Amino acid sequence: MEMLKPVAEDALTSANFAALCNNVWQGRVAAALDQRGRICRLNCWRDQLVEVCQWLSRDLDFAFATLIVEELPDNGWSLLYIFYKGPNSPWVYVEPKLDALTTAVPSISGLVHGPSADWHEREAEDLFGLKFEGHPRLGEFILHEDWPEGTNPMRHDFDAHERFEHREADPKWEPPTIVVAPGAFAMPVGPVFSDFAESAHFLLETVGEDVIHTIPRFFYKYRGVEKIAEGQNVGRVLLLAERFSGTAAFAHGLAFCQAIEAICGTKVPARAQALRTVLAELERFRHHAAVITGICNSTALAVATSQAALIEEDLLRLSCKVAEHRYLFGALKPGGLALDIQDETCSDLSVTVGAIVGRLHELHGMLRYSSSFLDRLEEVGGVSNEQALSYGLVGPVARASGIARDLRRLFPYAAYDAVGFTVPVEQEGDGYSRLRIFFQEAEQAAMIIRHVLQILPDGPACADPVDWCAGAALGAVEAPAGAAFHWVRLSGDGTVARYRITPPSFTNWHGFHLAAENFAFQDFPIILASFGLSNAECDR
Amino acid sequence: MTNWVFKGLRTGIKTTAYPVRQDDTPGVSPGRPRATLLDSAAEVERLVELCPTQAIERQDGGAAIDYGRCVHCFRCWRDADDVSADWERSYEWAAYSADSAAAAQDLEKAFGRSLHIRFVDAGACGACMSEARQLNNPYYNMHRLGFCTTPTPRNADILLVAGPVSDAMRFPLRKTYEAMPKPKRVVAIGACAISGGVFGPSFAASASAAETIPVDVIVPGCPPPPLAILHALLLVVKRKPPSDRISLPIDPTEDAKE
Repeated sequence: MEMLKPVAEDALTSANFAALCNNVWQGRVAAALDQRGRICRLNCWRDQLVEVCQWLSRDLDFAFATLIVEELPDNGWSLLYIFYKGPNSPWVYVEPKLDALTTAVPSISGLVHGPSADWHEREAEDLFGLKFEGHPRLGEFILHEDWPEGTNPMRHDFDAHERFEHREADPKWEPPTIVVAPGAFAMPVGPVFSDFAESAHFLLETVGEDVIHTIPRFFYKYRGVEKIAEGQNVGRVLLLAERFSGTAAFAHGLAFCQAIEAICGTKVPARAQALRTVLAELERFRHHAAVITGICNSTALAVATSQAALIEEDLLRLSCKVAEHRYLFGALKPGGLALDIQDETCSDLSVTVGAIVGRLHELHGMLRYSSSFLDRLEEVGGVSNEQALSYGLVGPVARASGIARDLRRLFPYAAYDAVGFTVPVEQEGDGYSRLRIFFQEAEQAAMIIRHVLQILPDGPACADPVDWCAGAALGAVEAPAGAAFHWVRLSGDGTVARYRITPPSFTNWHGFHLAAENFAFQDFPIILASFGLSNAECDR
Repeated sequence: MTNWVFKGLRTGIKTTAYPVRQDDTPGVSPGRPRATLLDSAAEVERLVELCPTQAIERQDGGAAIDYGRCVHCFRCWRDADDVSADWERSYEWAAYSADSAAAAQDLEKAFGRSLHIRFVDAGACGACMSEARQLNNPYYNMHRLGFCTTPTPRNADILLVAGPVSDAMRFPLRKTYEAMPKPKRVVAIGACAISGGVFGPSFAASASAAETIPVDVIVPGCPPPPLAILHALLLVVKRKPPSDRISLPIDPTEDAKE
């Protein structure tokens, strides 16, 4: 592909993209645009897959969103590699043609921007038993070592309700380590922590005071959400979408509902769109306040922790007053919202959010002049722009490393196209720049809430009950921690046939080890807190 | 740094009056459905149908609620135009687990007034943990009541467990429990730890935390608000009575009171 010249931005609009593709690939890749010009499907041969993905990610700067694996009834596979760039370019779905007897596909993890697909391929290998040729690290990933080899829970013949028989864990098992040096040892942390922390395991390879390398191990909380969703009706799967990651419930519920609405062609009323924006931003505001609390707590700055915790609790109470639940569970339904918000509550909400953001602003101002606090964050846990791009990081973590990618801006959903807001970006990629991003995004969230409430349209808060259609679609939402992709395949009877969630924590935990190299031991909780990620969201 | 001292002082006391007085500040609890007396069997049938987690049961001409299964989806309250469950704004939800009811008598002898707490996230969604974490914020400040978290299970009196106990967390949960000295108590927080919630039982999650370790006190809710978890801790030290209404039977006098 070296002979390719850089492609001008305007050549990537939906109208031009298919033509460009046909031109570059000389008909060897079939490009087809959907009716609304939002999705371009590229059908390629198995052997061209790597080249096509490389072309998209390296030459055209497309970001890898997710890999969707579906087992077909006749033992075959359907694979979908989804890329995005926006705002004018279409979503690109790369679909390799596979034989019915395929057991392996080429790995795209070795590409320039390839590591972003690394975990997707490991997950597919672990849960489906599909091999990826050329991938360096397949094997135990989501299912830990006490699951027998060859157990593939996402296969259709695996019974989700059957209790699973364990094999004995090998008592001689030791974690793999990398660092070889005099006095080097590996310090295990987790999965159970002191205080309140989510279950995850970190092996810190250290030579004493300095940690050289961190080996994280996740998926202690794997609940098989995608598997148990299969065969359930939409209403029941919505419960799972909201509750697999309770601290970002609304965002994930929204992504699921958007996928359902796209499949069924549901038109969501303007008022519902506006209120969805308000609640999504209220959740972002609260999520970021919780992350700020965590960062202050990790540096043991007691008063700041209390101040941030007060803000967090006030926002939880506010959410409960507005939507009856502190974490906004139950507020959504396909077609709109399950509740309407009265005008009086809206004006209370606007006033309270304004008051709370003032306190947040004051807290930010005080933290900026607390040198002992800044010393703990500056130049700690750095992720460079190149690393962030290569790993395809998303959300506040990516924006702190100079990547201004935000689905609210790239593919506006709900009422985001009706409000002006800025997407804050910092360049340093250290703990302090992440903290600044969390503060700025929280302030933007408050601004969006107040703006949307001013222009709140009248009308119904929910469309008529949705008529289920068979089909599949992607719901993409900028969750508090970053881009969330929910792929849903719906059967005509309103049951979910395949549900694939790509949460931002899955994407960003993958890059976490980049920030956890060559640091002082006591900085570990700070690096951890500054990422603001959830294990429940990652593990599913 | 003196700024912080003044900021702290200026903020004043934010702490709730609970458990001395009830806290009725709006937003401290999402509330929950209440067992509801209905006119016709058809209406009861409608509510049972609306509940996606089988938390509503038919009983004596009304709908009884199994709080261990209720996940606050609000569908029994919002979704039907013609019928709805009653909703109560409460939070004192903790109760002895069925297995532990007989042992409840000696719970009070086991501990003094202070408790050291160990928390295990056994596959929770993050909301239960977030609510438990709020107990450290100035509004709830569990420290004032003698409750604190401990960095090691060897010092722990109470094990708080949230989540449906995912497959990989069964072993760490059992090890944590075994590492705690006797006497010890286990508090299961949230619908997942009580009934598997929306996740279990399945190939990857349990039907309850009680499958893995003995559970003494349960706190229903999805998630239970901080005051409900505080109520559970107070229940363990016998400073508060249990909720008598884990699975609420129909009480016609309830309606008569309003």
